[in-house]
Parts: sequence; structure tokens; C-alpha cells
Amino acid sequence: MRNLLPILTIVAAIVLIWYAAAVALNAQWARDQAARAGQEISLSAIVADTWSQDKPKLPAPHQVAAEIWNTTGAMALAGRGMSKRSLFYHSWITFSATALGFLLGTGLGIALAIGIVYNRTMDMSVMPWVIASQTIPILAIAPMIIVVLNAVGISGLLPKAMISMYLSFFPVVVGMVKGLRSPSPMQLDQMRTWNASASQTFWRLRLPSSMPYLFTSLKVGMAASLVGAIVGELPTGAVAGLGARLLAGSYYGQTIQIWSALIMAATLAAVLVGLIGLLQRITLKKMGMA
Amino acid sequence: MSNDTVISARDLSLTFQTNDGPVHALKDVNLEVGKGDFVSFIGPSGCGKTTLLRCMADLEHPTGGTITVNGVSAEEARRARAYGYVFQAAGLYPWRTIGGNIRLPLEIMGYDKSDQTERVNRVLELVDLTGFEKKFPWQLSGGMQQRASIARALAFDADILLMDEPFGALDEIVRDHLNEQLLKLWERTTKTICFVTHSIPEAVYLSTRIVVMSPRPGRITDVIESPLPRTRPLDIRDTPEFLEIAHRVRDGLRAGHGDEV
Repeated sequence: MRNLLPILTIVAAIVLIWYAAAVALNAQWARDQAARAGQEISLSAIVADTWSQDKPKLPAPHQVAAEIWNTTGAMALAGRGMSKRSLFYHSWITFSATALGFLLGTGLGIALAIGIVYNRTMDMSVMPWVIASQTIPILAIAPMIIVVLNAVGISGLLPKAMISMYLSFFPVVVGMVKGLRSPSPMQLDQMRTWNASASQTFWRLRLPSSMPYLFTSLKVGMAASLVGAIVGELPTGAVAGLGARLLAGSYYGQTIQIWSALIMAATLAAVLVGLIGLLQRITLKKMGMA
Repeated sequence: MSNDTVISARDLSLTFQTNDGPVHALKDVNLEVGKGDFVSFIGPSGCGKTTLLRCMADLEHPTGGTITVNGVSAEEARRARAYGYVFQAAGLYPWRTIGGNIRLPLEIMGYDKSDQTERVNRVLELVDLTGFEKKFPWQLSGGMQQRASIARALAFDADILLMDEPFGALDEIVRDHLNEQLLKLWERTTKTICFVTHSIPEAVYLSTRIVVMSPRPGRITDVIESPLPRTRPLDIRDTPEFLEIAHRVRDGLRAGHGDEV
């Protein structure tokens, strides 16, 4: 709990800047409204107005907080926690695509890394393609993935998960290639003196040695997965998911809704990455590598 | 080659191709190691003593000459798991207990569970680490870790023990203690030991034969048969015989250096 104070200090600073920015960005509208009504408006009235507009350029923190509460806690208390208007529901939709994409991406990443480490041809040929794949803007390729998969009859969760996978396999490949190559020449020689087979060397030396690298990659991969799932919801006219909320919000100028979806996405990412961090701590401590 | 020759090198050469031209790590090395011998290899850095040991272990491939281990090629001997190799660093896996680390080669070689347990207990007793089976490497001192790594090399049925400066990173006091224990262990197990070192007292104290090597190209300059008895208390190091051999080793090392020094 020693680091609670610095964290709270930063949060307070952000909230302060946020309120100030809300005043700066929303004041024009308040002044225009007053001018249209032919009224003089005092400074305090402007400030009060900028923090309570219906469609502000930048909603104030308490407006976002109230919106989040109304679409999560309040609905849950009313027994409609998973209704289609609830952020829990939308978060769940996005989470399921994120989780599936993350699992697929991690699997693909580890498989490619093993190929690269054990196969000379793959070592020389695959990495440039892996890197090239990440230079393509995901926003450009996401609609194509959705359309192509739809054409072969795959729709729903999987296309979104594929986009998540596309983003999340990259850090896993890079990290695991490094991790699987982390045993020292001495450790590999040692395995040779015991005449260990390739699979014995893999399971007993390379894989355990790669764990610290794997977890670091998983954290990056998880965050990338969430971005992928949200991006996957944008171009498809999806009606559910945090991405769909963002898009709908921007169509109708519902900035409060956009911001509450953003904060929800950030919270989801923090929770997921935190869970991996926890898993990392437990595993590495158990392995004596922490 | 007599019947109890364990390791035999004939005109062994190894040349590494580097960007600065070829490096002759070993040149025309001839050597026979008999069963139950304790042979030390001593020389300055770059004299090829470690390379020679690695050739015996099939970790390095000679570019000339032949080497046989137990009468077969080094590769066949490695495949038959003819030797245990102790590296300069203990190289214990942090995620395995001491017992688990010693069990590692046994698992790889397919010993059955009850045999593994029995062997782990036996070698832990041999290196005086009974009771540490469940401890993790980081809970042990450097000397104890190195003893565990020796136990690991002793756990399976190999008659040969190849040791590459196993005590090089340890302090003098620990080293003395481990040297004494190693001699006791050698007496009890009747293994053939090849031991690389750069310490003259260590080589003289431990060995039945001392192979003096010199660099550029790596070659053997002297082989000294030790007249010391097999049973050696630590204070044998103060006897005239001991000092005489140490003197001869030092002379050999100096001669090998030629006028480079």
C-alpha cells in the first residue's frame, strides 16, 4: 500500500487537468448559447455549464462516472446487469473475442517460435514476414478479414478473434524466440553430454527457461488482443461490444457514451494484464525465477 | 593400447577457423588415460586443456587424428553416456530442487522412479549433501551448488568423470575442502577422472598424472607421474615430494611459455 499515495496523486492531477480542459473546450458552446438567448453569462455560470452539458466536446469526469455507474452498477442492482444497454454486456462481448483471439495468438506465436528455433529454413524465412505483418495498418486489414471470412460462412465471434490473434501473436513470437534461445551454451552442452533428445531438451530446458519471456509477451499480447477486438467491432456494423458503443457514440455525438466505453475498455485491459501479471508472479515464484 | 586404457588420443589436432586466420587449439596431442587414473590438465589460458576435455566429451570435433573413449569413438561414447561432465559453473536449474536437478539426467536416461530416488540419495550422501534434496539451488552456497553438480554427474553409471575447472570460481578454503572430498570420492568410486585446472597445488594434490600443456599451438609439453600415495591428507602439500612435483610442473609451464614471457 506504500505506492497508493503516488498513484492517488497522479489520479488527482489527471482529474484536475481533465476538469480544466472540459472548461476550456466546452466554454465556446456555453457562450454561444448565451449569446443566442441574448443574455450575459457570468464566469461561474460558464464553468457550471461546461461541466453539465448534454453533448460536451469533452465530458467532465463526474459525467462519465455517472454514465458508467448508470450502465453498470445501477443496472446490475436493478437486476438487468446483462441487458443490451449495460456496459457489462458490451464488455463481455468484447472480452470473449479478446480472450479467444489471445489464446489463438498465443498458440500461433509459440508454434511459430518453436519452428523458428528448431528449423533453419523457418529461422531464415519467417521472421521478416512476421514483422511485415505488423506494418500493415490493422484498420485497413480488419474489414477485409471480416468480409472474407463472412464469404466463407464464418461470422460472429471468430472473425473478431482473428483480428485479435493477428495483433497478439507478434509479441509472443518475438518473446518466445528469445526465450527459447535463452539457455546458455553450457546448459545446451550439458544436455548433449547426457545425450538428451531434442524433445527432452525442449521440455526440460528450453521451455522452462523461456517462461519469464513468455509472460512479458503475454502482457503485451493481451493488450494488443483487446485493441484488435475493438477494432474488429468498428467496421462491421456490430451492434454489441465496446467498439460498437464507441462507433454508435460517435455517430450520434454522444461523447459521454464514448468516454464511458473508453474507460471501460481501459479498465478491462488493466484487469486482464493484471491477471497475467499475477499468474506470472505465482509461476515464476514457484519456479524460483522471480 | 593396453586393456585398461580408457581414453586414447592419437595425433589429435583441432584448428578453429576465425576471422584472424586459423587458431591451432590442439596440435598433435598424444595421450593415454588408464582406468582409475586421476589426470590433471594444467596450462595457461589458450593452451587447449578445455578443448581437449571437450574433444573427449564429443562437444568439440577434432580436425585431425583420432580419439577413442572406452575403445569407441567419442561420439559413440557420448551416446552410450560413458562420462559425467562437470562444468565450471554448477548450472543447476533454478526451477528444480537439488534432488530434482540430480534426477534430471536420470529422467533423460530413462531410469525408473525407485532407482532414481535410490541413486539421488546415494550421491547426495557421497558429496555430503544429505538433507538438502528438497532445497532449491539459491538456498545453497556456491560450494554446495558445485557439489550438487558433481553429484549430478555421478548419479548415472559412467566410469569417467570429466571436470572442467569445477572449483575455479570458488574461494581457496572451499576449494581445499572440495579437493579433499573429491579425492575421497575418487577412492570410493574408482572412477577415471580427467580434471582441468590452472592451479598448480590443486593439480599436484589431486592427480596420479599431471599433463602440462602450452599454447600456440595447444600441445602437451610434459606428463608427470605422481609418486604420491593414493591416500592424501591435506598436509601432504607441505612434504618435500609434493613441493618437488609442484616445482617440476612450474618449470614445465615456464618452458612451455618459451620466450613469450
